Amino acid sequence: MSQTDQPENLKYAETHEWVRVEGDEAFIGISDYAQDELGEVVFLELPWNEVGTAQFKAGDRFGEIESVKATSELFAPVSGTLARVHETLKDLDKLEAINKDPYGQGWMLAIRMSDPAELDKLMDAAAYTKFLETAGH
Amino acid sequence: MSTETLIFEKGGPGRRAATLPTLDVPAPPLDTLIPADLLRAEPAPLPEVSEIEVVRHYTHLSQRNFGVDTGFYPLGSCTMKYNPKLNEDMAALPGFARLHPQEDASLTQGAIRLLYELEGYLAEISGMRRVTLQPAAGAHGEITGLMIIKAHHEHQGEGHRDVVLIPDGAHGTNPASATLAGYTTVELKSDAHGGVDVAHLERVLADHQGRIAALMMTNPNTLGLFDENIVEIARRVHAAGGQLYYDGANANAIMGITRPGDMGFDVVHFNLHKTCSTPHGGGGPGAGPVGVAEHLIPFLPGPLPGREGDDYFWEDAGPLSIGRMRANCGNFLVLVRAYTYIRFNGPDGLRHVSASAVLNANYIMRALRDEYDLPYDRACMHEFVFSANRQKRQGASALDIAKRLLDFGMHPPTIYFPLIVPEALMIEPTETETKETLDEFIAIMRQIAREAREQPELLREAPHITVVGRLDQTLAARKPDLRWQPETAPAATAAVAT
Repeated sequence: MSQTDQPENLKYAETHEWVRVEGDEAFIGISDYAQDELGEVVFLELPWNEVGTAQFKAGDRFGEIESVKATSELFAPVSGTLARVHETLKDLDKLEAINKDPYGQGWMLAIRMSDPAELDKLMDAAAYTKFLETAGH
Repeated sequence: MSTETLIFEKGGPGRRAATLPTLDVPAPPLDTLIPADLLRAEPAPLPEVSEIEVVRHYTHLSQRNFGVDTGFYPLGSCTMKYNPKLNEDMAALPGFARLHPQEDASLTQGAIRLLYELEGYLAEISGMRRVTLQPAAGAHGEITGLMIIKAHHEHQGEGHRDVVLIPDGAHGTNPASATLAGYTTVELKSDAHGGVDVAHLERVLADHQGRIAALMMTNPNTLGLFDENIVEIARRVHAAGGQLYYDGANANAIMGITRPGDMGFDVVHFNLHKTCSTPHGGGGPGAGPVGVAEHLIPFLPGPLPGREGDDYFWEDAGPLSIGRMRANCGNFLVLVRAYTYIRFNGPDGLRHVSASAVLNANYIMRALRDEYDLPYDRACMHEFVFSANRQKRQGASALDIAKRLLDFGMHPPTIYFPLIVPEALMIEPTETETKETLDEFIAIMRQIAREAREQPELLREAPHITVVGRLDQTLAARKPDLRWQPETAPAATAAVAT
């Protein structure tokens, strides 16, 4: 594994999504490790038209990401209602944000959390870094 | 970068490679044969070229192509073995090549006999009872096999079974076929040994009690490793009411050594273009015969070739059959090639094919394991998977290594598959290569590993000496340019063609 970045202020899922909490909303994207493993992203499917209606339970599939190497499913790290979806990423030319700035402009969606206690089940940066070193994949 | 002209850009109006005689019988009006709303308003803008233009165009393209006839092709999981020219001789025999598929059985005894015997050979090789030769490709075989399994469960009053188990290293076609057949797929984890994690299997079976329709597996698996727990796995899946489906993609490792039927599988598909040396051919005709155990015979597509004494005939499918999967008898001339291959090798020869395929893979694996990481360190079967993790840290990825191989006139291995190995390089030499070729490949791979250490940028910019340099695969995936149009396309024609 090459060196990847795991910011301190985020929480991480074993399926390599990150969570950043703002108020009662959980912003979600994929980790630097995940984007590095996938390679250049060429397609992203998100619940574009379901803001305010889509409900997720922690572990539910919320989308699909395709890179030059593989197609992977994306899973919600927390439960709740879809509050925002990152419309900019509808534009295929903007998908490089996921590779170049996975924790910033690469965010995918935000879920209004129904059970913020679920955050405690996710890993912090140190635990996720250790997870990457031991589990590897 | 050089550009190639398309056949559509060549030629000129009215130019022809052949002229047909004037029709000497009355021609029925076209709209009496084809509904008027399906007819073109204007003729299709097809190329108008002379014979020499056609021949030069395609000869030139074939010279640009890379094939098993031009170089080593260790594309893991694809079994790119040499296709003996004897196969082509047999398929070109006029009695086969010019046969009409709907000719009466009394006039096609030889062809039906060939199919009858081929079915028997494939049944014997796989340990199945009967085999349909209709499916036209491996994935077509998968959907056929799953439809048979589904029909079986429905007939047992168990139509509610909706889950198909698939190991995490499986070919992507397995979950795709299961989904197409209307099933939900559940992924099985691999254990540290590279096989199915039996404890995880046990939990998954318990979690989906009464819902298991089938387990789809290939053995050896995509890591090139033989799953030694297969009998136990089969026992547990059967106890949970599921059927076992064998993806024959890796059958080149086991011919004459073990059989899916003996391992406990109920359904098997073959990839004749892998195991039996028929052409992989540019999306051209393939064959994916499906064999089944005794209890699934009533569900097979029909008709099946039959025999009584010296008389060969077509046996209609029974009332429980899933129905036809293809017109007539499948891709007949592909089946002729596979039949030729099996007869040419014979039982001892086929066993020798598999033994040599396994030996060749282990020879390369052992010669390179000090330079490339081997995540599952066991004797392999017909293929194995390295990880280019070490090279990636040095600045050259599996993709870069693959591209660099092109500079040496060798086809790259399969990369980034199976997904459970990071930076995967999946290498399958097949049995048809000489020791000299294997040694040359080993020397080149050692040189590339040295280059990754000393000058990784050489790999990142590869290939250097091919006609076309590194392609922008991201752009190709995001904005594929799939259709050429003449600059002055008549609007009506374009609309019809869309």
